[in-house]
Amino acid sequence: MRFTTLEQLAQLSETEGLTIGELMLKEQAAESGRPEHEVFRQMADYYGVMKEAVRRGLEEDTRSRSGLTGGDARRVMAHAESSDSNLGYVAERAMAYALAVSEVNASMGRIVATPTAGSCGIIPGVFVSSQERFGWSDETMTYGLFAAGAIGYVIANNSFISGAEGGCQAEVGSAIGMAAGALTELRGGSPWQALHAVGLALKNSLGLICDPVGGLVEIPCIVRNGFGAVTALAAADMALAGVRSVIPSDEVVQVMLEVGSAMPEKHRETAKGGLAQTPTGKRIMQQLYGKGERSAGAVKTVNSEGEAEA
Amino acid sequence: MRFKDVFSIIGPSMVGPSSSHTAGAVRLGRVARKMFGANLPEQAELILYGSFADTYKGHGTDLALVGGLLDFDTDDPRIRDSLRIAEQAGMSVIFATASQPAGHPNTVTIRLRGGGQPEQSMTGASIGGGNVQISQVNGFDVRFTAMYPTLLVYHRDRKGMVADISRLLSAGNVNIGHMDVDRKSRSGDALTVVETDEAPTPDMLADLERLPDVTRVSFVNLRNG
Repeated sequence: MRFTTLEQLAQLSETEGLTIGELMLKEQAAESGRPEHEVFRQMADYYGVMKEAVRRGLEEDTRSRSGLTGGDARRVMAHAESSDSNLGYVAERAMAYALAVSEVNASMGRIVATPTAGSCGIIPGVFVSSQERFGWSDETMTYGLFAAGAIGYVIANNSFISGAEGGCQAEVGSAIGMAAGALTELRGGSPWQALHAVGLALKNSLGLICDPVGGLVEIPCIVRNGFGAVTALAAADMALAGVRSVIPSDEVVQVMLEVGSAMPEKHRETAKGGLAQTPTGKRIMQQLYGKGERSAGAVKTVNSEGEAEA
Repeated sequence: MRFKDVFSIIGPSMVGPSSSHTAGAVRLGRVARKMFGANLPEQAELILYGSFADTYKGHGTDLALVGGLLDFDTDDPRIRDSLRIAEQAGMSVIFATASQPAGHPNTVTIRLRGGGQPEQSMTGASIGGGNVQISQVNGFDVRFTAMYPTLLVYHRDRKGMVADISRLLSAGNVNIGHMDVDRKSRSGDALTVVETDEAPTPDMLADLERLPDVTRVSFVNLRNG
C-alpha cells in the first residue's frame, strides 16, 4: 500500500481525484495482483453476508449458546417502529441493525469481521440502514466498505484493532471510526472530512476497556455495537457540518496505542476486571463454568503438567 | 505492516463469536493441518496460553481449532460440531492450558501425531481480526502469516541453499514476498520459510524436495480449499 497514515490516505485520494473507496480498490488490486473486478466481487460478497446477518438477527432466534443474550435487536426495532423514540427512527434503526448482527455473531452465526467479530455489528448497522434510507446501490455500499477498510488498515497498523491488545477502544472504537469515515464519504464528504470523522469518533472511544462477562462476546459487547452505530452517525454528521478534529486523526490513533498499551491486563479481554468482575458478572461466570467441563467425547482438558483438571 | 491488505480488516466471512478466538483459531488449526499433510492426524494435542487459556470454552476456541484441524474454512457451519466430527473421524483431541506467558495473549501450540507421518508441532498466535502469526515450527523460530502461499523447506544448512530454492522458484515464475531462515546449528538442521505471490505447482514442490540436502517440503496455502 502507498499509505501508512490517514493523512497520506486523504492526500493520495485528493491528488488522484478518487474517493478513498476507489483508491483502496486500486491499491488492493495492485497489492494482491488480482484484477479489480475480482477484488470488488469479494467485497460485494462480504456485503451480502452483512445484509443477511441483519435479516437473520431481526427475524430468527438469536439466543446465544450461553443463553445470556438474544432478542434485543427485535425489541429495539419494535420500539423504533411503534414509538416516538429519543433518537428518532433513523438512528434507532441503525442501532437495531447493529445489535442484530452482533446477536447473530454471539449465536455462532455467519458474519463478517469488521474489523473483528466483537465489533461486527457497527459497519452493517450504519451501512444497511443508510442504504435503505438513501436508496444507494450495492455497488455504492461496496465502495463504502473499501473506504472503511482503508481507514481500518491504517488504524490496525499504527495501533490495534483487538480488545485483547488494546481494549474495546481498539475493537469497537476502530469500527466506529471506520463507519464514521466511510459514511462521511458516502454522504458526499471530502477525503479530509472523512478523516476528521475518524478522529472525532476515535476520541470518543478512548479508554474503553475490554471486560466481557465470562469472557464471552456478549455482555457488554453487543450493546456497545448498538451504541457504536449511533456514535458513527453522529461523528459523520459533525464532520459533514464542518467540525474538525483539532488533534489530527493520526495523532488520535497514536493516543489509542498509548492508552491501550497502558491498560492493565485485567482490562484487556481476560474477564479479570471491569463488568466481568462485578458480583453479577462473577455469578454468571460461576453458572457458566462452575459445573465442570463441557463433555465432548474424546476430548479431555488437562493442565500444563498433563493432569486432568478437577 | 502487521496487517497486509483490506481483507485482513474487512473480513473474513466467519462463524462467530470472536475473530481472535474463532476465525484466527480456525486458521491456526488449518496451518498445522496443512503442514501435517493430507492424512488426518490420529492425535492432536493443543496447549493454550494467555487469553486462549482463560476464555476458550465460552468463545468456542476449542471448536474452532479442531475445525481448522479438520481443514474447515472460517465460515464453515460444521465448526459448531467439530469436536464430534473429529471423534467420529478417529482423531483424538487433548486440550491443555498453560499459565506461562507466551509473547502474545492468544497463543496456541499444536502437536499432531499418527497417520504414518512424523510428529509436527507449531506455535502461533491469533493477532486480531482473524489474522495469525506463526512463530515456531518443529523447534525452528520462524515468522509467517499464512496470508500467502507458504513453503516450508527443511534442509541441512549449507552454502547456496537459499540461492537454489530461489532459482527454482524463479524458473517457475513464482515471486518471493518474504523469506525466513532458521538453523539449529551451523551445518545442522535448518528450515527455510518462503511466502510467495503465486502458488508453486506440485511439480515444483517435487523439484524442491529433490534438491541436495533437502529433507522435506511442506506447503501451506489457505487460499483455496
